[in-house]
Amino acid sequence: MSRMDPMPSLRMDTATATRPAPASTDAKIKAQAVSVFYGDKQALFDVSLDMPEKSVTALIGPSGCGKSTFLRSINRMNDTIPNCRVTGRIEIDGMDVNDKSVDPVLLRAQVGMVFQKPNPFPKSIFENVAYGVRLHGTASSRDQLREIVEASLRKAGLWDEVKDRLNASGASLSGGQQQRLVIARAIAVNPEIILMDEPCSALDPIATAKVEELIDELKANYCIVIVTHSMAQAARVSQQTAFFHLGKLIETGPTESIFTNPKNSRTQDYITGRFG
Amino acid sequence: MTEHTVRSFSQDLEELSGDLARMGGLAEDMLSDAIQAIAQRDLALAETVVARDPQIDQIQVEVEKKILRLLALRQPLARDLRQTISALKIATELERIGDLGKSIAKRVKLIDGIEPVNALKGVARMGRLVTAQLKRVLDAYTALETDAANRVWVRDEEVDEHYQSLFREVVTYMIEDPRTISACAHLLFVAKNLERIGDHCTNIAEEIHFLVTGEQLPVERPKVDALNSH
Repeated sequence: MSRMDPMPSLRMDTATATRPAPASTDAKIKAQAVSVFYGDKQALFDVSLDMPEKSVTALIGPSGCGKSTFLRSINRMNDTIPNCRVTGRIEIDGMDVNDKSVDPVLLRAQVGMVFQKPNPFPKSIFENVAYGVRLHGTASSRDQLREIVEASLRKAGLWDEVKDRLNASGASLSGGQQQRLVIARAIAVNPEIILMDEPCSALDPIATAKVEELIDELKANYCIVIVTHSMAQAARVSQQTAFFHLGKLIETGPTESIFTNPKNSRTQDYITGRFG
Repeated sequence: MTEHTVRSFSQDLEELSGDLARMGGLAEDMLSDAIQAIAQRDLALAETVVARDPQIDQIQVEVEKKILRLLALRQPLARDLRQTISALKIATELERIGDLGKSIAKRVKLIDGIEPVNALKGVARMGRLVTAQLKRVLDAYTALETDAANRVWVRDEEVDEHYQSLFREVVTYMIEDPRTISACAHLLFVAKNLERIGDHCTNIAEEIHFLVTGEQLPVERPKVDALNSH
């Protein structure tokens, strides 16, 4: 490992080594009193939320409620926005992501992100997945690189569809395939967490179902946090749901309870379509 | 509660409540008429009760269609979902109550020979109690009041006690005068039907509680065990 590694417990030496157990049974990601400001405007007010590992947490709420802002704080994507200030504490495995010793680039490998519009690199399918692996030096040989690329494409449910054309451009794939390629790219660098910001909004129902099936499989090994406009999707894929409104976290609970018997009337009004 | 942004959704749910109110009204009338017909040996009235039963069945069929449509097209959640599922179950309870009322009415024709006047009075008394329970639970559903529903749920014990004591009373009449056995046997069936209607009322009360609170009442309803009462 040539890079400085402030979170050694999160790293794997090779793709095949077993993952060390987390230090405690606490949540994988813990947000405590997180507020986000864009200049003078406060977009997020004092949000505290635990996101467990090997589980899917869905963030729902009307447009502009702060759920994407919150998601981006977890892997410090907000750093790239000028005048954006984050206060409070976000811990991954007990370590504050905003700590001075944390390398944001490394953080974003460990906390993968998938966006609404699939954004494959303008490279071949193989190179899309291999790029990050090479960048982080995870593979010690070309053979191992190929193994990692294949394993990632398999995990993303894409291998059978692309194995005979790995040199084709990533952009030649359909929208749903591109999204799965992006997911393969993210998991190739061994994240423990995958963040998804409306990953299926641009996909047709069949592609959506394939991505949801993939999320279902991935949750056995990853902590997944997904922002979604679709309540039905949140209900289908998540174990825990958090409802945001006007920058505040209104209610969190097991997905089953939120959608059958929410405690807060604003939550109920939103999910039953009584807002406004 | 505020209206849905898509107003036709609210209208669908209101229509469903209206259908259940109609079923409830029919069931109430059928029950009180059936009891009166038994008490007064009124065959003509009994026949009107039997003739009304298909109406209540028809509404249940429509309600089920509407619920299927609601679930498929609206994907109701939270309270809306509980309301839809409760409506399905309550419609079934009301349809059964209608059937039991019809069954009571049918016995008017079957009761022949000498029937003891006091037995008829006992059945009429139990009938009034059960009719009141049905009215109270239907009012509780319209107002979505869990306290009123819970009271109906608890008072079913009184219905069970009435049934037990009526049973004992009618048996003594049969012993005293064997000519009354046939009629008394029918009256026992009527009493049993009334006791079952009482049970259906508590089921409706449980649904109301679930609809409003999202939680179930305890599984064990208060019951008077026939074997324990002497």
